Amino acid sequence: MTAANSETCGNWERSWSITGDQDELRATVEAIHEQINACGWDETASFAVRLAMDEALSNALQHGNGGDAAQAIGLVVKVDGETVSLTVTDQGQGFELKSVPDPTADENLTIASGRGLALIHAFMSKVTIVPPGNCIEMQLDRADAQGLC
Amino acid sequence: MSEGSLIETQEIDGIVEATLMCSRILDEPTIQVIGDALQAAIADREDPQMILDFSHVEHLSSSALGMLISLNNRIREAGGGLCLSAIDSRILDVFRITKLDRLLDIFESTVDARNAARG
Repeated sequence: MTAANSETCGNWERSWSITGDQDELRATVEAIHEQINACGWDETASFAVRLAMDEALSNALQHGNGGDAAQAIGLVVKVDGETVSLTVTDQGQGFELKSVPDPTADENLTIASGRGLALIHAFMSKVTIVPPGNCIEMQLDRADAQGLC
Repeated sequence: MSEGSLIETQEIDGIVEATLMCSRILDEPTIQVIGDALQAAIADREDPQMILDFSHVEHLSSSALGMLISLNNRIREAGGGLCLSAIDSRILDVFRITKLDRLLDIFESTVDARNAARG
């Protein structure tokens, strides 16, 4: 894992280049989770960020990098008093958003996969799939976090 | 990672009660172990009835939802029923957002789930 750091709680920013190794992913997510809590975001916001981050990293590994744990995943996290921003980049060719089936449609409810992106959209304030689709930008605003749950 | 640290199962009056023991069901290896254990618990049963207790669970990924859907599909194909119980409010939102609360039978408490499973 390689990381770059800008360390103040009021305007915390860090970037990683990590592999798909489960221990490395888990350790990275835990470090970010702790920092978000330390910066005064409550458990509900922390839950939302963690869920979005887990889903984006899982998509990057499984779909973007084709399940190859040796390939790099880029992760940038910015935290301040009002916003948490996450950017996840994989090594894949990207995808067309319109090609992703709606997992909440009646005919898709019994299909076991395909809910990660829907959850990210539901829990984050703003989500952007950056063309060609191998990068996702996610943002949670404090005002929206207070309205969750 | 041992199955015993992730899940505990017991059988009461023919109903399999499984309690998820880990707080975070997120990564594929963990989900695979739990899914295999749950499938094994209902294997070769006719009309299998299972209650899955979420009282220790704080985080859940979409892959874990997929595991639950596969389990529910298999139990229903065998003529049985799956009840989920004691789900944290934030995780309950995950079920609602994905509309899986329409597919899965969810109960506030394990006692409620037992009563429903016994019919």
